[in-house]
Amino acid sequence: MELTTVWFCLIAILWMGYFVLEGFDFGVGMLLPILARDERERRVMINTIGPVWDGNEVWVLTAGGATFAAFPEWYATLFSGFYLPLFLILIALIVRGVSFEYRHQRPGATWAGWWDRAVIVGSFVPALLWGVAFANIVYGVPIDGDKEFTGNLLTLLHPFGLLGGLVTLGLFLTHGAMFVALKTDGDIRHRARALAVRVGVVAAVLAVVFLVWTQVHTGDLATAIIFAVAAVALVAGLGAALKAREGWAFLGTFFAIALAVAGLFVALFPDVMPSTTSPDFSLTTESASATGYTLTVMTIIAAIFTPCVLAYQAWTYWVFRKRIAVHHIPTEELEEEGHKDHTGIDPDPGGVVA
Amino acid sequence: MDSVLDLARWQFGITTVYHFFFVPLTIGLSLLVAIMETIWLRTRKQEWLRLTKFFGKLFLINIAMGVVTGIVQEFQFGMNWSDYSRFVGDIFGAPLAVEALLAFFLESTFLGLWIFGWDKLPRSLHAGCMWIVHIGTLASSWFILAANSWMQHPVGYHFDKATGRAELDDFWAVMFNKVQLGTFPHVILAAYMTGAAFILGISAVLYVKKAEADRSMYRGGMRFAAWVMVVAGIGVGISGDVQGKIMTDVQPMKMAAAEALWDTSDTCAPFSILTIGTRDGKHKKWALEVPCVLSFLATGHTDQRVQGIYNLQKEYRERYGADTSSTTFSSGDYTPIIPITYWSFRWMMGLGVVGALVGLGLLWLTRKNKAPTARWFAVVAIASPVMVLLGNSVGWIFTEMGRQPWVVFGLLTTSQGVSPGVSAAEVWISLVGFTLVYLVLAVVEVGLLVRFVKKGADPFVEPPTPKWRESDEDRDKPLTFAY
Repeated sequence: MELTTVWFCLIAILWMGYFVLEGFDFGVGMLLPILARDERERRVMINTIGPVWDGNEVWVLTAGGATFAAFPEWYATLFSGFYLPLFLILIALIVRGVSFEYRHQRPGATWAGWWDRAVIVGSFVPALLWGVAFANIVYGVPIDGDKEFTGNLLTLLHPFGLLGGLVTLGLFLTHGAMFVALKTDGDIRHRARALAVRVGVVAAVLAVVFLVWTQVHTGDLATAIIFAVAAVALVAGLGAALKAREGWAFLGTFFAIALAVAGLFVALFPDVMPSTTSPDFSLTTESASATGYTLTVMTIIAAIFTPCVLAYQAWTYWVFRKRIAVHHIPTEELEEEGHKDHTGIDPDPGGVVA
Repeated sequence: MDSVLDLARWQFGITTVYHFFFVPLTIGLSLLVAIMETIWLRTRKQEWLRLTKFFGKLFLINIAMGVVTGIVQEFQFGMNWSDYSRFVGDIFGAPLAVEALLAFFLESTFLGLWIFGWDKLPRSLHAGCMWIVHIGTLASSWFILAANSWMQHPVGYHFDKATGRAELDDFWAVMFNKVQLGTFPHVILAAYMTGAAFILGISAVLYVKKAEADRSMYRGGMRFAAWVMVVAGIGVGISGDVQGKIMTDVQPMKMAAAEALWDTSDTCAPFSILTIGTRDGKHKKWALEVPCVLSFLATGHTDQRVQGIYNLQKEYRERYGADTSSTTFSSGDYTPIIPITYWSFRWMMGLGVVGALVGLGLLWLTRKNKAPTARWFAVVAIASPVMVLLGNSVGWIFTEMGRQPWVVFGLLTTSQGVSPGVSAAEVWISLVGFTLVYLVLAVVEVGLLVRFVKKGADPFVEPPTPKWRESDEDRDKPLTFAY
């Protein structure tokens, strides 16, 4: 296989990894106001992703870095072309990232409430916009002979692009609910499972429409098979959730997302960014790539270190394998200050005195 | 002036300087917290665990900011500097990708284990997690500094006329660029100074403020930090000296700009501590000078020649062209903004020296069980992390502004690197957006730091012993740590 093809596959794998991992922690973030009924349950939800969200996010940094190294032209055209959506994603990731760490640093419902909003919006925006961005990459965007994107923000917001956004949004919500069901115990576990099925049906319908549309637009036999298996995985996952088999249910959404992304990349190949202006201007794995020497060096490094990364990231999930329930959430901090008033009303909502 | 270029430069400057407050601080703190936890494991003295947890918490508040502001850096090259990315991607992209794969995964994963793992990991493994986080920060620094060093002094590449870009010939030459070998120790030791100054300042404040019972703990913390500061400070000086000589060799214009040396000095070039001159820096009215020091800084000999700006400007025009309409090089002016390079160079050295002296002074004042409890002592101590942080910033401002008009020295000017397809309106939106969000976060972060410093270290609690097999009772226990 050509090294450019190898790196196209590796970048596809990085995006698959990113979407299946951060996909569920975006889902958990967005479901915060829907699934949790009180502060204890909100903390249960946040703690299910607490130790792992940052490691999940590194997948997108690695995908970005790998694209820069292996396909500099793809990186340059994509990142400068999708300027405003990427800016919004970055702002969302910034406020979301600090929220997890800062939310518990002060007592008081107002303080936590602001960070909850940051988590919710910060999870919603990328969950939607990554889908819009990917749909546009696969569909093609106006690119001129100098490899420059010639559209604007509105160019990206066509029905196919927006549908792509709704699909990732729906899938991540389902995936997040599955994860909460898998990682918690008590009442919230059952509510999460029930919600996963309800949201999952909507997400499945959207996903099928989107994948069929993609299939008609650029698909071949391979994509048809991959998309079909993705759909089966999703339906099987929802079925498992109905039978309260949470592990299998989570694996269902896990593989559905991974395969859907894989199918999109297969549909894209050998282009990396098709041009709607003229097929001659499309960026391909050949025209956008780095030199053979750079790809060789990178391949050796990736071959050595990727297994190590996978091993310790898997290990960390094993360390934190225990389900979390409301009685696991330590209470001293809350009772110590801020919540001295047992009526449940925070005497110092802004946390000014404390 | 092209306004997209100016806006993109301001955005890069603001977001990078801001990001680099948290970088050296957390590189330094990760090492010092790892050492503190290890001391606790070895000695079982309660105060070291209390210090570990206290500074560990402050470390987490800062690294959260470092992580999220770092994502912007990874994306910004493509967003605002797409032509730069196309030109250097074959060389510059690899260290960035490897940094993410080798360093970011390591840092984020083991940091998560450290934060939540108190009741899940054996104690030595728990301390080991912080050591691994520190190794991750070093690996990260190595790759990103190698990438930056290549921009200062391109090596191991050839320029391909057909593709119009620089292409990699030798990965190891890029990894062990001589500029990198000077820069890496300088930056890392400065980071250790930064982390140490932070611990020193906060420990001194708490030492003065808190009751007798906790004094010996904070005294231990501040003396430990002061030692690190002095030793690292000496190392920063030595590595900076080495770096200066390499810089004179590969970027003589930057050294000339650091001194505002307009005319070549054939022997014994003086170093000015202060200069009062015209605003463009071209004419000096009065200067406080030390003879021969610049010659020594630049070459290692007091009687050596140091090239001046006029000479170099002439030489560069001959080599790179003066035609402003040239397609290869768009600018005929190869001189950086002299007042910025001149003053940032002095502030960098001055703040570094004062920082190390604060450490030395504190060691002297706290010798033989002595320690002043006067207010001025706390004020000077808490000013030291601010000074060292600013020293880091002006050091980078010097390095990057001193390379102008180049983005890659001798190959690509900054104006050639900017994204041609991004509009001024778009960059305005992102520039204002990032700046506002960063300002709000700065207020929040400083507020949190002040709050925790006022509270001081929590009382000692024996961490639970992790068990591989849990009983039913253990299973229902609350988590030792939760968000």
